[in-house]
Amino acid sequence: MKLIYRTTLLALASAAIVAQIQPAGAAELTVMATGGEWQSALRKAWFDPFAKKAGIQFNEQEYTGELGKIKAMVETGNVPIDLVTVETSTVLQGCDAGVLIRLDYSKIADRSRFLPGTALDCGVGIDVYGDVLAYDTTVLKEAPTSVLDIFDTKKFPGKRAMRKAPAQNLEWALMADGVPIADVYKVLGTPDGVDRAFKKLDTIKKDIVWWEAGAQPPQLLASKEVVMTTAWNGRIQNAIDKDKRPFAIVWNNQIVEYDMIAIPKGAKNLDLAYKYLAYAAEPEVSAQLGQHIPYGPVMSDATPFVPKDVLPKLPTAPDHMKAYLVGDVEFWGDHGEDLVKRFNAWLAQ
Amino acid sequence: MSSIAISGFKTRTIATDRSDSLRPLALAAPLLLLLAFSFGAPIVALLSRAVYEPTIANALPRTVAALRVDSARGVPGEPVFGAFAADLKEAQAAGAIYEFAKTLNTRLPGARSQVLRVARLAGQDRGVTKEAIIKAAPLLGEDQSWSAIRTGTNRFTSFFLLSAFDLRWTDQGTIGAVPAHQAVFTRVFGRTFLIATLVTLATLALAFPLAYVMTNVRPVIAGIVLVLVLLPFWTSILVRTAAWTVILQKYGLLNDLLLWLGVTSERLELMYSRTGLIIAMTHIQLPFTLLPIYSVMRAVQTSQLRAAQSLGARPFTVFRRVYLPQVMPGVLAGCLLTFILCLGYYITPVLIGGASDQLISNFIANYVNVELNWEMAAALSFVLLVSTLGLYVTMTRYLGLDLFKMG
Repeated sequence: MKLIYRTTLLALASAAIVAQIQPAGAAELTVMATGGEWQSALRKAWFDPFAKKAGIQFNEQEYTGELGKIKAMVETGNVPIDLVTVETSTVLQGCDAGVLIRLDYSKIADRSRFLPGTALDCGVGIDVYGDVLAYDTTVLKEAPTSVLDIFDTKKFPGKRAMRKAPAQNLEWALMADGVPIADVYKVLGTPDGVDRAFKKLDTIKKDIVWWEAGAQPPQLLASKEVVMTTAWNGRIQNAIDKDKRPFAIVWNNQIVEYDMIAIPKGAKNLDLAYKYLAYAAEPEVSAQLGQHIPYGPVMSDATPFVPKDVLPKLPTAPDHMKAYLVGDVEFWGDHGEDLVKRFNAWLAQ
Repeated sequence: MSSIAISGFKTRTIATDRSDSLRPLALAAPLLLLLAFSFGAPIVALLSRAVYEPTIANALPRTVAALRVDSARGVPGEPVFGAFAADLKEAQAAGAIYEFAKTLNTRLPGARSQVLRVARLAGQDRGVTKEAIIKAAPLLGEDQSWSAIRTGTNRFTSFFLLSAFDLRWTDQGTIGAVPAHQAVFTRVFGRTFLIATLVTLATLALAFPLAYVMTNVRPVIAGIVLVLVLLPFWTSILVRTAAWTVILQKYGLLNDLLLWLGVTSERLELMYSRTGLIIAMTHIQLPFTLLPIYSVMRAVQTSQLRAAQSLGARPFTVFRRVYLPQVMPGVLAGCLLTFILCLGYYITPVLIGGASDQLISNFIANYVNVELNWEMAAALSFVLLVSTLGLYVTMTRYLGLDLFKMG
């Protein structure tokens, strides 16, 4: 009997100690991002400086950008993260499913200071990137001049890589089929338009290698598995700058997209999360990321703070904005699930 | 006296029998309870999502009531639209509108933004007419939309299970096929079973001779071969898959070797292809087929084979009549094990398979992680689970094989 008392006492005492330790470690913020070059750029540009400034511990986790993981956390009531980076279409999905909280912009920044489409109800933009075409200059003697050249198997024979998703590919297919950029989403919203896009993709289907993670396109080019690939501009630029790869980027007809950051429902350090969002929205801070990976700032007043040598590498550089399409979040919110299913059915045929 | 004593003795033996059979059960009870709570219950809870989806019914109580008095088909009248607007207004106030819109969108592609528009409209003023609603949401002016909403208001639904077989309820109330460009799951299930069969046959072709050799060489050599087989078995499946990427890729080891040997004149496309996938899966599954075969082969007594030979049987007859029947349980057990494991393959098809080599697990993962449509994922899992169990039961029942007795 005595032994039981003693053990119970010991357990209670240790529980008390653990409970006391907890508040001391409370000044910390946990972010979950999609890893790779990009996350280390975020760390250097924003996470580390903020941790230093606010005197807190900044924890990082990695995931593959799938909302299912956050949904599972929210449904079980155990949310160990305070901030999460997501794609724009995921923000909308997470908003609908009640997985991400609706943000209070009075605690972040004036909504008008953000580029149009980057201050969403459940997510704040963090950077602007481009879906572009990349190739190895030592492999292709003649340079492609537009992303749409990926559909030209006569002039550029060989395997080409595209992202394994309907988004962007269907848009490009319509553009390559002669639809003006301004009408792309209008046409894609009709059954005939969808048929037309898939018919265009059919013409190169047997030559396509599909990629899923952002790190794959530079690898596919480096291993010469493909002659050209669609890619996120930053991954290719870093392969050129840091790994000295003989790659080149084709900007004409790029699709401009935004990365977002959001707060999951049930996040424990809400105030600190908002403080971080407000910090990252300061113009000078917002411009920091470009030095580490060539993605543009989403704050309209941040451009003067972007270093001169970085500007021409950004998707928003004037030279790159001659022909471009901005990804339509609402469209993909409506048609995403349906088109993904059709895309999978098409792949399986 | 004596009869009483005998009946007392009898009762005692029965009681002992009962406690004998209960005791192992009682000893196993903690484990069984743990399994039921940590394994059984979550599976049942998740699979029940395949047939239970209350979101639409919960969001539209008034519409459900109004639809009951309206005609059974087509676009309903003004009262239903009024009730629909009132429901959406309340759903918006309660914050449930987005989940409703997303759920409806699964059944009615494109409905999401239109429903949200109607909700905004309903929130502004009170008298929203049918005409105004259809103007804001053209989908709601179509017959098929309302048959989707009508079926959606049933909390218990066959929608997801039917979808798993590429079927749906038609507007006429019968079960029919989905449009060809949406049909994907029957093909994927077929592909999953095909690849599992091919891999099982390939492992059998490799494992049977290897096991035979291992039983007939010196124990030291058999031990070395066993370690060589088991070594990759103990390595993580992800590492082995990645290793195959290095070997199979266009400028990889295998292509280099084939070119150098002059076997091929140009580089083969082994990555992102079914051939590559089957090679890698066969390698990963080999130990699962090999070990059961090896264990029964070792138990076969060579004296029986010699006896058969001495009685005049030809080598092939000895093999067919004496050897094969004895090793058959091991062969079947190994093949069944490999086949069932192959049905659930996920990471290898992702990394090595091409777009048309993705198995059903890849689709389940996509619905869980990316689409957040756990109902569809549950329906696909349910079909996979039932067909796997069905296969297992058939094998044990008709081929007289029992994996539990194998060990």
